Amino acid sequence: MFDFSIWTNWIDQFLRTNLPEFWALAIEFVVVGVIILALYCVIALALIYFERKICAFFQCRLGPNRVGPYGVFQSVADMLKMLIKEIIPINHTDKFLFYLAPFFVIIASLLAFGAIPWGNGLQILDFNIGIFYILSVSSLGVIGILLAGWASNNKYSMIGAMRSGAQLISYELSAGLALMTIVVLSGSMQLSTMIEGQKDCWYLFQGHIPAVIAFIIYLIAGHAETNRGPFDLPEAESELAAGYHTEYSGLQFGFFYLAEYLNMFIIASIATTVFLGGWMPFHVTGLDGFNAVMDYIPSVIWFFGKVFVLMMLSLWVRWTFPRLRIDHLLNLEWKYLLPINMVNLLVMVLVVIYGWYF
Amino acid sequence: MEVKDIKIKGIPYDEFKDNDTLEKYVEELRANGVGIITGVLDDIINWGRSNSLWPLTFATSCCGIEFMAVGAARYDFARFGFEVTRNSPRQADVIIVAGTIVDKMAPVLKRLYDQMAEPKYVIAMGSCAISGGPFCNSYCVVNGVDEFLPVDVYVPGCPPKPEALLYGMMQLQRKVKMERFMFKDKEVKENE
Amino acid sequence: MENIKELILAKVPDAVIEDKQYLTVTVKPEDLRTLAKMLRYDEGFDYLIQLTGVDYGDSLGVVYLLTKSEDMAGCIVMKTATADKENPTLPTVSDMWEAANWNEREVYDYFGVIFINHPDMRHLFLTERWKGYPLRKDYDAGRDVNPLDLKSYDMSDTTVSYVSEGDGLKKIEKKLFEDDDYVVNIGPQHPATHGVLHFRTALEGEFIRKIDANCGYIHRGVEKLCEGLSYPQSLHFTDRLDYLCAHIYRHGLCMCVEKAAGIEVPERAEVIRTIMDELQRIDSHLIAWSCMCQDMSALTAFIYGMRDREKILDIFEETGGGRLIQNYNVIGGVMADIHPNFVQRVKAFIPVMRKGLKEYHQLYTGNIIARERMIGVGVMSKETAIAYGVTGPSARASGIHCDLRKITPYAAYDKVEFKEIIRTEGDSMARYMNRLDEIEESLHIIEQLIDNIPEGDFCAKTKAIIKLPEGEYFQRVEGGRGEWGVYILSKGDKTPYRMKFRSPCMTLVNAMDTISRGGKIADLITIGGSMDYIIPDIDR
Repeated sequence: MFDFSIWTNWIDQFLRTNLPEFWALAIEFVVVGVIILALYCVIALALIYFERKICAFFQCRLGPNRVGPYGVFQSVADMLKMLIKEIIPINHTDKFLFYLAPFFVIIASLLAFGAIPWGNGLQILDFNIGIFYILSVSSLGVIGILLAGWASNNKYSMIGAMRSGAQLISYELSAGLALMTIVVLSGSMQLSTMIEGQKDCWYLFQGHIPAVIAFIIYLIAGHAETNRGPFDLPEAESELAAGYHTEYSGLQFGFFYLAEYLNMFIIASIATTVFLGGWMPFHVTGLDGFNAVMDYIPSVIWFFGKVFVLMMLSLWVRWTFPRLRIDHLLNLEWKYLLPINMVNLLVMVLVVIYGWYF
Repeated sequence: MEVKDIKIKGIPYDEFKDNDTLEKYVEELRANGVGIITGVLDDIINWGRSNSLWPLTFATSCCGIEFMAVGAARYDFARFGFEVTRNSPRQADVIIVAGTIVDKMAPVLKRLYDQMAEPKYVIAMGSCAISGGPFCNSYCVVNGVDEFLPVDVYVPGCPPKPEALLYGMMQLQRKVKMERFMFKDKEVKENE
Repeated sequence: MENIKELILAKVPDAVIEDKQYLTVTVKPEDLRTLAKMLRYDEGFDYLIQLTGVDYGDSLGVVYLLTKSEDMAGCIVMKTATADKENPTLPTVSDMWEAANWNEREVYDYFGVIFINHPDMRHLFLTERWKGYPLRKDYDAGRDVNPLDLKSYDMSDTTVSYVSEGDGLKKIEKKLFEDDDYVVNIGPQHPATHGVLHFRTALEGEFIRKIDANCGYIHRGVEKLCEGLSYPQSLHFTDRLDYLCAHIYRHGLCMCVEKAAGIEVPERAEVIRTIMDELQRIDSHLIAWSCMCQDMSALTAFIYGMRDREKILDIFEETGGGRLIQNYNVIGGVMADIHPNFVQRVKAFIPVMRKGLKEYHQLYTGNIIARERMIGVGVMSKETAIAYGVTGPSARASGIHCDLRKITPYAAYDKVEFKEIIRTEGDSMARYMNRLDEIEESLHIIEQLIDNIPEGDFCAKTKAIIKLPEGEYFQRVEGGRGEWGVYILSKGDKTPYRMKFRSPCMTLVNAMDTISRGGKIADLITIGGSMDYIIPDIDR
């Protein structure tokens, strides 16, 4: 498996030998920051394009196909238009909070972005509370949504924001507990250790029943976290006109729009890292030839491939099911997912103590 | 730049029925000394804007059903990039007035139009929006939405076929591509 | 019938009873409530179909069309008039029939008649600042009297009610909403109101406390326009009322004029009209299903429904020339003969639609989320439905037998055999399933007719100018959303003196307040989708 840390270490050494430490670090920070931002934008645009095309295929139609070959430049056109749209200054709003809200949402997802392991040696932030960090940072997005709803001085936005607050806080619990189940199995919260531990077998298969249950619960809860699919009450298009971002136009709306797709990506990548082995290829103990072939495919491709499969699942669910009502949503969490989760965690603890895993 | 230079995929310049309006528009701009040499930046931005016109979900009567049919699988305006219909006027680019506008609805429509963010466009779809349609003699129907909104494209019909609406949107795309976006205050003399 | 004449004369000796199309009883305003109570409570006429205001020139009157919910074939007509055109008043009947509530507001709008003891005497269609009463014969329709005003005004939170006090009237103001109610405006521009309808909703968290529905945002004054047009010309408006049942409504008006003028429609035309009616009904129910799914955010279901609908539109376009508005029925028959491909296309469509129905059930009906959102939501009891005058698939979901195709068969409906789909739960799921089952029944009807279209003329010969003899004519047809009716009052001219359309969707929206209270906002959207109203039909 090719290790990208060879290249990153080389660059690091090169900078440190030629420049004083402060400047070397400064250049590294700026470059990494630019790469993250660029990656953020590119992935968001690609996701928007994929969603439109894939939803079109589900619905027996074509989707964007005029703007560039197969419509690949559609997102770029959307982005250009969004950049030059007027940002309407609205009276009677809490101006400071109104302008601040989109930034919370973007920053929350950017911070989580930095901790994702993209490939072998391509992880920017790797410290011993990796999972815990990601969970806490991605819950900052709720503040952005609540602020947006409150500061807009609009009854629809308020309703959307209140619903969103209730929903996100509830599903945080389930998502967190499902991830804790795997932390119990792996013994560490650090992401790189977890990926190393999946060298021979992914945790999904290692942990058999409790891991599978945790996976399903995490997918449902993560989906709800991103305000997508059957859980998109806060921006319920057909109920509240546009929910919490009704009053936003131009680039500020663009932030909300991008952040939604990126959150979906982040949830899928955390699920990949924790349950499906991250960038680890699929190994079967005993079949060495097979394993060698799997190793030949680069780690970045493995990572993006797995994330892509999970996102396809997410899109599939979003375009098929109708929307849940708020009380069904909260029922689902508090009466079903949370108890199952807690029992599952206990089962996983027992499995680990008695060594009943692969 | 010439009207002929605007490219719409699939329909060459000659097949558009109404080129005169755009030519006259260009003539007027030139006569007023506004050079319409659009730079590369203008071209790129206009390309972006014309391929991403998001309509507002607004339909009052029968033409609304044909509007929905344009979004459905057979005609599919998603191919042009228009399928993201936003519900909030602040996020929409074009308002397709589909259906009759009556005296009670007119203030609501004006308010919606005012709430939209610039740059914004209006398409009057169907004969009711163009001139009152079959109801023009009524005591409470506004005879055409251009009494209080600046209309960019008129799409006639009762209701217009979905192909007609798509044609109207392509005409709007041409109009958007003609516009000068950057440095509107500076006058640039055209090269002879 | 003789029995009832005696009973009426016993109660109200001054009543004038005539045997016209239906038994017509004319009373003075003072006796109206006595007669109404007798008919409502003693004789069982609990269904108010139509309430029409008429300007007779020297007096302003109201015509009531009543029927019994157990037997909707037999009707009785009640009439009254007041000669005072300066301050016209009539007693209200809205305590006996809830359906009269909005209908009386409409008469107040059009004629200025104040109904004593009506709980909510506000304008229904016109704005509060409108001057004049449009449907009076001496109305000045000039633009200087009522100019276009683009200013947005706040809607008032109070309503008025008039009670009689001594010789005159006393005005009582009531509040619609309390000061601390959280009132949200749903509409008029809203993706899920199926048109421009404005619900002012008082919320408590997510729960709905009260809904005040405002219509009139697409009030085009069709009834006034028809008074100046000949009968073939006024056909064009019927297409544009409920545009998804264009064919059926046009059929209704054609039948009314044909029966009044004594024109006999050839059998071929009757069968073609029936087949087209049923195709239109399938089209209308498909859009109802698609839009309901879209409102609940199952967008793929919307596209599937519209995709199957396009096949019907192809058939319409080939024969009639239009997709949505076909202009196909004319007085005397149909405008042109069916296209040679018609029969084969319809036969090819039927199995496709059956397969589609199976797909819809698989995709949506069995889905647990959809079921949770529809079962038990928006229950409309049988009594509510009768009180508000609800008809169509929504009423049949509450257990009322009201399918006019079975009760008073017209066109070729007596030649075919089909089931009337009745359910008793009255919730959104029942209304939803009713529509899908009705599509199946319509396919069955078409199958029985498509191979046996009789030869002959497609249109009877009519005079160039059609004049109806003096009199009043009623017609009732089964539209996609309920019973649509026409009332023509003719003075022997080539234009009608008064033409009124009975709107099925008005009753549906009228009932929304009662059945949505206590539900959540999400439920309001589901209930609206399942009731399936089309706004231009209400506002005309």
